[in-house]
Amino acid sequence: MSFFIETLVGGLLAGVMYSLVAIGFVLVFKASGVFNFAQGSMVLCAALTFVTLHDKGIDFWLAALITLAVMVLIAIAVERVVLRPLVNRPQITLFMATLGVSFVIEGLAQIVMGASVHELDLGIVDTPIEIGGVQVSQFDLVAAGTAGILVVALSIFFNKTRVGIALRAIADDPQAALSIGIRLQTLWQVVWGVAGFVSLVAGLLWGARQGVQFALTLVVLKALPVLIIGGFTSITGAIVGGLIVGAGDSLAEIYLGSLLGGSVSTWFSYVLAVAFLLVRPAGLFGEAPIERI
Amino acid sequence: MTTSSFLEVDNIEVLYGQAILALRGVSLRVEQRSIVALLGANGAGKTTTLKAISNLLGSERGHLSRGAITWRGEATSRLDPADLVARGVVQVLEGRHVFPQLTVEENLLSGGFVRRPSRRALADDLERVYTWFPRLKQRRSARCGLTSGGEQQMVAIGRALMTHPTLVLLDEPSMGLAPIIVEEIFHIIRDLNRNEGVSFLLAEQNAHLVLQFADHGYVLENGRVAASGTAAELAERDDVAEFYLGAATAGTAAASLQTPIA
Repeated sequence: MSFFIETLVGGLLAGVMYSLVAIGFVLVFKASGVFNFAQGSMVLCAALTFVTLHDKGIDFWLAALITLAVMVLIAIAVERVVLRPLVNRPQITLFMATLGVSFVIEGLAQIVMGASVHELDLGIVDTPIEIGGVQVSQFDLVAAGTAGILVVALSIFFNKTRVGIALRAIADDPQAALSIGIRLQTLWQVVWGVAGFVSLVAGLLWGARQGVQFALTLVVLKALPVLIIGGFTSITGAIVGGLIVGAGDSLAEIYLGSLLGGSVSTWFSYVLAVAFLLVRPAGLFGEAPIERI
Repeated sequence: MTTSSFLEVDNIEVLYGQAILALRGVSLRVEQRSIVALLGANGAGKTTTLKAISNLLGSERGHLSRGAITWRGEATSRLDPADLVARGVVQVLEGRHVFPQLTVEENLLSGGFVRRPSRRALADDLERVYTWFPRLKQRRSARCGLTSGGEQQMVAIGRALMTHPTLVLLDEPSMGLAPIIVEEIFHIIRDLNRNEGVSFLLAEQNAHLVLQFADHGYVLENGRVAASGTAAELAERDDVAEFYLGAATAGTAAASLQTPIA
């Protein structure tokens, strides 16, 4: 039994790491209805910028601050060059544009900062500690705590602040938002900037876990089932989706792995996502579209 | 700047894409504290005219290819929609366009943001809108997409009023609503005009109704102004009555329907 609980807890905490990436998607999707394919590149870019600065001996917080500034600049550039000319175009056009953005960011980041693998040490001791007879990774606990703080902060931002309400309004109906004087351009810069900040947090934690390398962009593949299960429009959904994916993957690996020849965790969450698409396409917490008949 | 130049639309042409000419020289003016009706059949150019004034054409790939619009003496061509809203011109879009996932109250609040009011002032504005539309207060925490059509129209108008407009461009407020609700909405419009001094430019297909409330009217046909005058004059005129008061004979009605315009 304690083995089961340990697997479950380990899986749940690993899932939170996926949630961190998924939150970035949710932000941009909520505010512009766009699935931002460049989210993975932003995670890589943030981690790479940070680690390059840090390796040069710049102090942790200063490096984080400079990286954040870089991410905000990227956000402004993306809005100016890519999103502004494409206002009110079909969403598939915007999606394709973010695909392009993703290549540009990946390419530039590696031209400027190199493609070698960097180690990133955040100074978190990763020795397991025992809580109630279950071994838990300290690093995972820090990641989970960080995700928790992010979620609370973001849900206050979206539900209580004027900028947050305006962002939700834009997601609902950009034309109407324009008509009452909401400045789309400024707010898109804000939301991409916030997504850049979330990328930084995700990039640091993933970078510390895996090393900062090109493969970081691939974490988006794992964020996809998280989004489908949790719902594209809900930050809570991103967290719950992450937990389900994490727990599902590790339990399936342990208990089905031997039956199915191993590597179950690489595909289990996708099967789960397909099941959700069939039963509940908006995801657990997603906003189902309201249609009048 | 004289009082005569409140809103002036001078001989404008509007192109959609590079090809579709939706307006072919429309001129009109709205005086301060007046209600002006913009009449015409489907596709006559009413919505395009309103969007040209509020500068919302850009997002639909349309632009002014000739003519000029001045608001209180200032040319509007270089202003973006938010600038115009800040200067007192707000449009209520056809088909209401509320934010369905936001609550009624959040919808209304979103209209207040443009002026960056204090928390206190925003709350006062909200109460003001609730006194005009008491029904919205009862439904304040309902998600707007789940409210009735009439309630959504009230939200759309209330949301526009939160911007403190001096001119409201109102596109087809009666569309898809029960006559009794339409009547209620028009009475609120008249009260706002008389008591608060808000001017309205009202695009409507229901000429009979709108001419009861308007001071002045313009009839658009095929992207041009076909007739204009005081509301009383227009209500009298036979040709207007024929096309827009539903008294058309089969032949003339068919002719008017055969002119396709964007």
